[in-house]
Amino acid sequence: MAGLKRFRVLEERDINRETFVESWPEAGLMVADSPYDPAPSIRIVDGRVVELDGRSEADFDTLDVFIARHGIDLAVAAEAMALDSLTIAHMLADINIPRAVVLRLATGCTPAKLVDIMRHMNVLEMMNGLAKMRVRRIPANQAHVTNRRENPALLAADAAEAALRGFAELETTVGVARAAPFNALAILVGAQTGRGGVMTQCAVEESLGLRIAMKGLTTYAETLSVYGTEQAFVDGDDSPWSKAFLASAYASRGVKVRFTSGTGSEALMGSAEQRSMLYLEARCLCVTRGAGSQGVQNGSISCIALPESLPGGVRAVLAENLMASMLGLEVASGNDALASHSAIRNSAKLMLQFIPGTDFIFSGYSAVPRKDNMFGGGNFDADDLDDYAVLQRDMQIDGGTRSITEADAEAIRRRGAQAIQAVYAELGFPAIADDEVEAAVQAHSSDDMPVRDIVPDLVAADAFLAGDRSMVDVVAALARRGFADVAEHLLTMGRQRIAADYLQPAAIFGSDFVVQSAINQPNDYTGPGTGYRVEGARWHEMAHIHQAKSPRDFIVDRLGSPIESLAGYGNAKRGGSTEVVVAIGPAFGRIITKTIGGLDHEEVLKAVLTGIAEEGLIGRVVRIWRSSDCAEIGHVGAKLSGSGVSIGIQSRGTSIIHRVDLARLNNLELFSQSPSMTLDTYRAMGRNAARYAAGKMTTPVPVSVDNWARLRLIVKTALLHRRESEEIRDLPPEALRFDWEPEV
Amino acid sequence: MPTYPLYDNEGDTLHAANGRPLRDVTIDAALDGSLSIEDLQVHRSALLAQAEIARAAGYVPLAQNFARAAELTAVPRGEIIEMYNVLRPGRARRAELDALADRLEQEYAAPICAALVREAAEVYSARGLLRHPDAL
Repeated sequence: MAGLKRFRVLEERDINRETFVESWPEAGLMVADSPYDPAPSIRIVDGRVVELDGRSEADFDTLDVFIARHGIDLAVAAEAMALDSLTIAHMLADINIPRAVVLRLATGCTPAKLVDIMRHMNVLEMMNGLAKMRVRRIPANQAHVTNRRENPALLAADAAEAALRGFAELETTVGVARAAPFNALAILVGAQTGRGGVMTQCAVEESLGLRIAMKGLTTYAETLSVYGTEQAFVDGDDSPWSKAFLASAYASRGVKVRFTSGTGSEALMGSAEQRSMLYLEARCLCVTRGAGSQGVQNGSISCIALPESLPGGVRAVLAENLMASMLGLEVASGNDALASHSAIRNSAKLMLQFIPGTDFIFSGYSAVPRKDNMFGGGNFDADDLDDYAVLQRDMQIDGGTRSITEADAEAIRRRGAQAIQAVYAELGFPAIADDEVEAAVQAHSSDDMPVRDIVPDLVAADAFLAGDRSMVDVVAALARRGFADVAEHLLTMGRQRIAADYLQPAAIFGSDFVVQSAINQPNDYTGPGTGYRVEGARWHEMAHIHQAKSPRDFIVDRLGSPIESLAGYGNAKRGGSTEVVVAIGPAFGRIITKTIGGLDHEEVLKAVLTGIAEEGLIGRVVRIWRSSDCAEIGHVGAKLSGSGVSIGIQSRGTSIIHRVDLARLNNLELFSQSPSMTLDTYRAMGRNAARYAAGKMTTPVPVSVDNWARLRLIVKTALLHRRESEEIRDLPPEALRFDWEPEV
Repeated sequence: MPTYPLYDNEGDTLHAANGRPLRDVTIDAALDGSLSIEDLQVHRSALLAQAEIARAAGYVPLAQNFARAAELTAVPRGEIIEMYNVLRPGRARRAELDALADRLEQEYAAPICAALVREAAEVYSARGLLRHPDAL
């Protein structure tokens, strides 16, 4: 290996599997502030926008026209555009300015103005702004539930578990388009098994998605993609008007709609028109709001690796989330597609949405293993669920999930898979065998599933889509087969369609189908003590992750009955010059009888005394009552030692070789790595102490250093020390007789 | 002004587009075959109520969307998908878009949707998003 070894190691790190490039505005490879971005401007004549961001009406493209007519509140525009962008940036970051004030002004801003406001903000200020501007009071989370084999039992089991884990929305998609109605059905049934009120969708081509929604198989639609240039929009086979019509079509059937956009898509499609990603995203957001979408999935989404290849990319992605929430749009803030090979980088990026909290922190979190994620998602996946729950617990931040036990997961997975099995049987779909159900319960991924012939499934799915049967038949099937609760949940989702409450901004269902949206649960954060706080039952649930145990019985296996051969016989006195005092802590060998590493105290004493004897000296055992501190135990021992040298041993095993002339916190040798110590170490410790006592040249005992030990054992260390400290008595050092002779 | 959420506050008066009261949407009805997906279709009045609620809360374009949606409740399932497809770029000639707007207005009493389609027709003409004359 040539060159610097550390650089060779760095090259092998995950972060260096990424591509990093310099900005290139002409190709649209610039996250913000392209020299070609227009300056903010608006000119309104007789209620008509005749100039928008430097472009006059004659030159408007379709997006300009749509934004001019639908995307800007003209009653506010003059006021908002006249305000200095820095002033609005301050209002965003200032917790004392309520959300509504910023909301009103933002709707009067042009796309370039929104970007100009962002220009003044660093990520901390943006996060502050996002915490305030999030639409819904309580953040939530969305999950992806898919698998490569389109297996219905596995989809239902995964959906049931994801619902139980607290995800408010579940999204599926397909490998094969024809599977769409069945995949939508499987996660609908699974979700309503896991928790009534979880909303579901199936991301497919727009008109197919609408047909599925009209059958009652989905409750929301998210992948209504919009783009920031006319060419990209047309390449996406839509215009702002067709998208607006589609949004109304969905709403007319009681289906919630969320548009999708994100930085990088236009550059990826080769039509960025030299504009920065953030400027194009601002145009998307003005179109989205103007088209009447209640919200947006943004944060680069599937293009995330592109902004992340550029300087400032992660900041820009946060800026797009913030711009959307400024416009009153519900934000499902990405974090879904694979963004980085580096776990450090992924987690750091996540914090920008996780800490402020967005309406949906992920869009979505892969509730299945990465390889089964059909969205190209899985930046955080099923294998990371415990990590995620711990992040919530660490920061007391509601990330929208809860930790569940294995037993809970098993039960709900089985019930979800059995429910879809019952539906298939009742509706005459290709049978789901019992062993498929059981495999779905146990599976990690679709690799663990028995092979299922997809052809009959697709034929049945075609017929289901074409026919008159709908979610209502599914309800009846569930009720007939003993899934009354699931049937009731499904039908309640249907009944909610008639009320249409969940079409309002940022709507989700909490427990018992209580809707939470911008209307009845708007974000009211204005600084400490206001807004949503993690407390009460929710905090209790987040704190009690399934791995957490009571520390009360943590050290039980280190406690025992007193060593019989160790007996006290009065106050210890100073001894002769050929001795080494072995000073032990108040609990040693009587309450605590094993070291943290599991060594018997009796064996430890024997090892130390053997070592001392090997050097021809005598070991004398003394108990220190007044302190549990290792240095103090050793130092008091040294004062009693005729040679002036002592060994101090705490009950957990931490030891010291001390000498009377040294300061208390100094030492000859310190053995702080008690977990990795062996009886040989204690014996060598005895030998060395004796050699110091005899004034011989001595090589310190080699100790193995394990820096992870402290991390692993710190709770046990604390509890053992606490137990030893409880044994402190106001008594002088006690002479001990250890009824044992070393064989030397 | 209706009280949000309608489901909890106005449940007694809510009914599906076909007139079926919300309280009659039951498991028993699903079991005896007297319930269909049409009984879960939102009534235009509920969408207009949601529009009013959204507008009062400051979500004006969303309210406008709900108003369009209320109009579209009258359009049958299959046709609404066709309408959407016609409105996609490069699909229709100017006359077809105009006809769509007329149909929305006259057949379905959907003037807001009709206006949206007319605006699209005008912009598509100007920006070359109509169906190409050579299109198959």
